[in-house]
Amino acid sequence: MDDKNKSTGVISWIDERLPILSFIRNHLTHYYTPKNFNFWYFFGSLAFLILFIQIFTGIFLAMHYKPDANLAFDSVEYIMRDVNLGWLIRYMHSTGASAFFIVIYLHMFRALMYGSYKNPRELLWLFGVFIYIALMAEAFMGYLLPWGQMSYWGAQVIINLFTTIPFIGPELGIWIRGDFAISDPTLTRFFALHIVAVPMVILLLVILHLSALHTVGSNNPDGIEIKKNKDANGIPLDGIPFHPYYTVKDFVGIGVFLFLFALIIFFIPEMGGFFLEHANFIPANPLVTPEHIAPVWYFTPFYSILRAIPDPAYGALAMALSIIVLFFLPWIDKNPVKSIRYRSILFKINLFVFVISFLILGYLGVKAPTPLYNVLALRFSEIYFIFFILSYFYSKPREKIFSYSFSGILIILIVIYDLMRVDSNNYISILISLLIICIFVAFMTLSPIYTNLNREKEVPNRLTP
Amino acid sequence: MSTNNSDNHRRKFLTGTLKFLGGTGTAVTLWPFLSSMSPSSEAKASGAPVKVDISELKNGEKIDLIWRKKPIWIVKRTESMLASINTDEKKYKDAMSENTEQQPEFAKNKYRSLKPEILVLEGVCTHLGCNPAFQLSKNKFFCACHGSSFDLAGKVENGSPAGANLKVPPYRFQDENTIVIGELPKISETKKG
Repeated sequence: MDDKNKSTGVISWIDERLPILSFIRNHLTHYYTPKNFNFWYFFGSLAFLILFIQIFTGIFLAMHYKPDANLAFDSVEYIMRDVNLGWLIRYMHSTGASAFFIVIYLHMFRALMYGSYKNPRELLWLFGVFIYIALMAEAFMGYLLPWGQMSYWGAQVIINLFTTIPFIGPELGIWIRGDFAISDPTLTRFFALHIVAVPMVILLLVILHLSALHTVGSNNPDGIEIKKNKDANGIPLDGIPFHPYYTVKDFVGIGVFLFLFALIIFFIPEMGGFFLEHANFIPANPLVTPEHIAPVWYFTPFYSILRAIPDPAYGALAMALSIIVLFFLPWIDKNPVKSIRYRSILFKINLFVFVISFLILGYLGVKAPTPLYNVLALRFSEIYFIFFILSYFYSKPREKIFSYSFSGILIILIVIYDLMRVDSNNYISILISLLIICIFVAFMTLSPIYTNLNREKEVPNRLTP
Repeated sequence: MSTNNSDNHRRKFLTGTLKFLGGTGTAVTLWPFLSSMSPSSEAKASGAPVKVDISELKNGEKIDLIWRKKPIWIVKRTESMLASINTDEKKYKDAMSENTEQQPEFAKNKYRSLKPEILVLEGVCTHLGCNPAFQLSKNKFFCACHGSSFDLAGKVENGSPAGANLKVPPYRFQDENTIVIGELPKISETKKG
């Protein structure tokens, strides 16, 4: 700390012993952020806000909720009917859960667009993926607590995923449940994990995520490192202090968010069965499975991948891989150009197709399976993984021979899988969808040889205005 | 923020507006949370009046029941018990039941009750809330927590840590043998008592 910023009296006495002022300086008033943040940079601060909302409302729900299989359902209804404004607090919490995932998905999409996971931000991305997984665990365990039909049967399905693990699976399932079926011990341990353990893990990960961010600095829509261009004082030429510039900007985002958040809480808190599923207003009954069972919307893309493969163990493996692959993204996509602004058309197509397939997988996950939906779910699951394979392919310019072999191997793998499952009933649908996906793969890998579609734009040295 | 070329008056106004609206909004948002900690509708509903049948209550006996989560005593006082009650100013802190907090208007009398023989009290010591014991042999209630003594009308004796007489809850006689705890007597009934 330089002398002119030394303050006197009580504040400096404290700061010499506990660096509060220096902390504020380092992370707010003298933390230099790129000046060109756009709409997509709202979601980090919004995620932080929602984390606060969830913890705060959760504390008050825990004052009235009873984690006991005989009392849980009624205690939630007690919160809804008898506790003063309890319905409001619960709807804040349930809407907050869905809002959290909306914001996190947009936050992750931002990272994909602007290459925010690339060197030097690999650790930042890793902590982000860990937060995402912790959040899924948190949401899943929270959803059991109302002890409704969907709570019960959703947990039944998810916990049974673990039983598909070879050898240890069945024992693991019993250990997680603490019983031979989902029952009171499962509920009480999920309660403990949901309100104490996982939130603490999430908070720790958020601290690590932010520390990593402030060490390497924020990426930006241009994907240019502002630390490469500094003035005589060592301040980035294209940087502005986080406070007040981005605190003020974030307040606008928070205002818009809270407006929409309140709109949902007060007018459509169940969101037509997407935020709170209808079947969950019936107490858990181990003897009757609801006619149509689907996870909450934020899990459905992965649920579709699970269902796409007609084998319990391989389906669960594919689902696990679809999340694990996120960890490796910084080492899969090693293209030095970060931002979508300067990347090739093929990258844009790849990302666009990936987002579409993620959305369609999400849609399929809430629908009951039909033969057509099964075909779609499998193909879009393949496209989900092909996104990562193509991201690797676009890491650098490829030779003609490499492109052809890469394309050929990928297509052969897809064909082999189809040959294993083809029979006289389904060969038409398999053939047609196989043709489409092979054309897509061939186009994405071979067109760079014959067209300019994979040409990247030159990245400027300074941020564009 | 930099001061060059900027409209500071406007900026101050906007900052002030944001602070005021944001602060008000945050304060108002706290209300549901604070309110949720107050007794719920269920807790309030459980404060409804309760009916007690005293046809089985014999002379000199005491029954306990719960109203609003507090112990309520009903004692059928014998002649000798009634004789032990007096309004000696030297012996009791509030011999004439002047403290209007401690009984409804109808119980501001020698026996602190509607009918002399039937005593209805909240069994909560006015010192720190313990439950005093009924000492038949001594004709009094004695709180073991800190040694407060009350006579059989619930009047606190001098020298006790407790400062006020035991509280008489609102009650009325629905008929000869039925007491409604939590409701005041109708005006005609009061005059009769």
